[in-house]
Formats: sequence, C-alpha cells, structure tokens
Amino acid sequence: MGRYFAIRIGRAALTIVLVVTFAFVVLRLSGDPALMILGPEAPPEVLAAFRKAWGLDDPIWFQYLDYFGAIAKGELGRSMRDGRPAIELVLERIPATLALTLPAFAFKVALGIPAGIYAALHRGSAIDRAVMIAAVAGFTVPSFVLALLLVLVFAVQLGWLPSGGQESWRHAILPIATLGLGGAAVLARFTRSAMLEVLGQPYIRTASAKGVPWRKVVTSHALPNAAIPTVTILGFMVGTLIAGAVVVESVFAWPGVGRLLVVAVANRDLAVVQCILLLVALTMVTSNLIVDFLYGFLDPRLRAKGAHA
Amino acid sequence: MTDATLKDTAARRRISLPAIPVSVALAISWILAMLVIAAFAEKIAPYGFTQLDLRNRLAAPGNVAHWLGTDELGRDVLSRLLVSIRISLLIAFGATAISAVVGTTLGFLAAHFRGAVEQLVLMLTDFQASMPFLIMALAVLAFFGNSLPLLIGLMGLFGWERYARIARGLAISANAQGYAAAVRQLAATPSRIYLRHILPNIASTLIVSTTLVFPEVILMESGLSFLGLGVQPPMTSLGNMVGYGREYLTRAPWIMLAPATTIVITTLAVSVIGDWLRDRLDPTLQ
Repeated sequence: MGRYFAIRIGRAALTIVLVVTFAFVVLRLSGDPALMILGPEAPPEVLAAFRKAWGLDDPIWFQYLDYFGAIAKGELGRSMRDGRPAIELVLERIPATLALTLPAFAFKVALGIPAGIYAALHRGSAIDRAVMIAAVAGFTVPSFVLALLLVLVFAVQLGWLPSGGQESWRHAILPIATLGLGGAAVLARFTRSAMLEVLGQPYIRTASAKGVPWRKVVTSHALPNAAIPTVTILGFMVGTLIAGAVVVESVFAWPGVGRLLVVAVANRDLAVVQCILLLVALTMVTSNLIVDFLYGFLDPRLRAKGAHA
Repeated sequence: MTDATLKDTAARRRISLPAIPVSVALAISWILAMLVIAAFAEKIAPYGFTQLDLRNRLAAPGNVAHWLGTDELGRDVLSRLLVSIRISLLIAFGATAISAVVGTTLGFLAAHFRGAVEQLVLMLTDFQASMPFLIMALAVLAFFGNSLPLLIGLMGLFGWERYARIARGLAISANAQGYAAAVRQLAATPSRIYLRHILPNIASTLIVSTTLVFPEVILMESGLSFLGLGVQPPMTSLGNMVGYGREYLTRAPWIMLAPATTIVITTLAVSVIGDWLRDRLDPTLQ
C-alpha cells in the first residue's frame, strides 16, 4: 500500500515538473523576455539592467533552476495588463468558476450515473436508447454550440433566462446546464459500458446461479466492480473542470478563471497564462491522486498487492 | 501473403458492399461531399467569401440570391460556409496526419529500443493524456501568437499519445510473432521490418484510432476559433463563423446555425464511419 502511494505521488510530482518545464521552454522559445516586457523601444542599458536583474544572462540550466525556485516560492510574476501579481488575479476568479463547475459536476453525477446504470440493466429499453443517443449528441455537439442553442431557445425565443453576466443565480442556470448536460451524457455512456462489462462476468452468473436475488447481485456484485472505472472518469472530469469552463464562461460572459485565460491569451499576458497552466496541472494531479487513493479502498486486489510488494 | 490478403479483403468487400448500413452510407456520402466542397470551395461558391453586398445585409435564408442568407456586412453565408469547410478540413486532415505519423513513430521507437527510450515515450504520453489539451494549446498560442501553419502544427500534437500507445503495444506483440522474427532472420533492417511488415499488419487499428481523433480535432479547432484564438480573420473557419454569428444570435441566428450544423453532422458522420470500421476491421477494440 505504502509503495503504491509512493509511486503515485512520485508520478504526480513528475507531472508538475513536466508542466513547469513546458512553461519554461515555451516561454524561452517565444522570445527575449526582456524585450517582451520592456518593449522594443527600451534603451539598451535598461534592457541590460533588466537581464542582469532577472538573471537572463546566466546559463540556461541555472535559469531553469531559478525558475523552479521562484515557482516553489509562489512568485509567478505580475500581470502585464494591470501590474498586479498574476496569482492574485487568478485566485480571485476561482470562486466564480467553482460556482459554475461544482453544481454542474453534481448535476452530471446525479443524472449520468443513474441513467447509465438503468440503461445497462434494461438493455434495449427506451431509456437505454435515449442514453445512447444523448451520449452520441454529447460527443458531437461541441459545448459552444450547445451553449448558443440554449441561449437561442431559453434567452432569445422564450425570454425565460438571461443570456450572459453574473448578476443573479438565474444567470448561472444556462452555463451550468451547458456544462452539466454534455458531461452527464458522457458519464452515462461510460457508466453503462462499465456496468455491461461487469454484468457479463462469470462471477455475476455464479451469483445468480447460486440463487442470490437479482437486486442483491446488482448492489453487492455489479455496482462495486463497475465503480472502479467510473471513479476513474469522475476523477478525470474533476481535473478538466477548468478546461471545460473556458468555453462556457466565454459564451456567458462569466468572470471566472476560464474567461480570464482566454483574455490573457488574447493579450499575451504570459504571467497569467502560466499561472493558470500551473493551477490546471495542480488540479489534474490532485484529482488523479484522489482517484488513486480511492482505488485503494474500492479495489481490495490493489490493497493486497500493495501489502506484498 | 500480402497479395493474398489484399485479394481476400477485396473479395470480402465486394461481397459485403450491399450490406453497408444506411447510416454508414449516409455518413460516407456526407464526408465525400465535404471533401468535394473542400477541394472546389471557391469554384462552387456563388460569391467571393469576403464579397460585400451592402444592400442585402442580414438577409434571411431561403431567398434566391442568398440561399443561406447573409451576415451583417451582406457577405453570403453559403459562400463563407464552403470556404470555412475547406479551412477546417485542411487543419483537421493536416493535424490528424501529423499526430498519426508522430505518434506511430514514437510508439515504434519505444517498442524497438525499449529501456530508457520506452520510459521517456511513456512518460510523455502520460503527461499529454493528463493535461487538458485545450489549456496547453491556449498556452502555446499565448506565447507564440498565431498563424495557420502554427495552428496546424499545434493541432498535430493533439491525440499523438493514443497512436503512440497503440503502436507501441501492437509492435511489441508483433515483434514476438513469427513473421517479424522471420524477416529479421532474413537480415531486414529495423525500418523495413516496422514499415513494410509490422505497419500494414497493425494499420487497421491505427485507422480506427484516426476516426476517433479526427472529429476531436475538428471540435478542438472550432472551439479555439470560436474563442477568437484559432483561425484569424479575414480567413474563416467553421468555429470562426459560429463565434461571429454569436453576436447576431437574436437578429440573424442562421449565421451561427449553418456552420454549427456542419460541425455536428461532420463529427457525427466520422464517428459513425469509425464505429462501423471498428466492428469490421478490429473486433478486439470494442
């Protein structure tokens, strides 16, 4: 068990190192930071002083280590737009993003998992077919199209809901629906196939054959086993919450991290982009770790293997 | 051996041609139509895609002069749609080709050298699979600015890790099979073994993966362009048109609906073809 987690934590740390390396390489490849920050009109002496102050004349590996040191201390640079620390700008947007993504996540789980389980248990039924069609639609209709269609129907045609902004809870309904519907379809399809896979296993047949009631076969044999792949996809969904919010926040003018990222990219506000990149990597890595941790509980085989290893 | 297999599959294909399901036939026709449009976009288009018709601004679809209506500068939506299809498909095909070649090559290298090379490739695939591509793409665009070649190259990094994983796994198992050992005994060079012998044998699985990656590339590119960070005006792509049409959602929803429908039907068609190919070519990949 200990070894299992040690390996997972090592991999998580490695991913963070790779993301930081990625940011460093891309940052250095994209041009001279001194020129980019001070502008091409800056006098040469100022440029030289800047390079000296920020260690840009040091050997590249030294700069690389320096960069790691700065990030470890939480020094992520200042926004080029308003001069505030990038990390402050990003942190103050997080509540708005969570206000959309957490309800959307709850919606996905509450709708997608039961629908998937029901579809698998009643294969070929109307609900099963509806789940499959929704799943195909969830894959082929991109979120920005779904968002605009919802706006077209509920804001433009019916006039029930506002089409953008953050003034009241009613403004959050359409963005949450956009995020939730697409995710629920994906989750339903995934849960369905995980359940079908488990239901085809010999131990299910054995349990039925020895006279266990079907309800009990499902609750104590099928569901726990189907939970393992489903937890994996849930962890992945938590990790991609910010990425999913990018498009939806932009459509609905919702002032969260996703919209901040789009604006920062358009303005080439590198410090902010880099900060969000790290935030996404941290979210991703943390959710993966939690999933790995849950595996330890859900899958007794892993516990046993870990104990012997 | 290869000839016999070819004839064999050709024969099978001939026999089963009438058995293509209607949905697959429709999907194939749609994709063929898209390809024809992409090839001849400017010739088919009734107007130049940037041509203004200021007297017919925001004209509704269904009129004789502008079948799909016009936008707020009086530009013909149909003409813009045709050119957008060309650009979006160009990016999608270019990117899919790059990611298939890069991924398969890395997978083969991992399978051939094993050891440190394999660990490095596996580490990179894990990394790529664990970071949301949209975020990485946005970061690169922020740092490097934007141009069509860069966009194609960037999208070419999308999905390579899947080819790499599949190619590595299949090449390792192919290496253990008789035919690879036989040509190796005949002193074939590694590149000959991989390209002439192993690649044709695992191609069907890779082609099926292509049908999974291709629609995602279309969606990713249109998403970026929708955000105004992909294809830049005056050039247009399907995502651009949707992003632009969003401003006129109340007065002229057709500007956005025409490209949005095209995106949805195209990704649907490729998935339908992909599912069908998977059932036909590769029963192990369920």
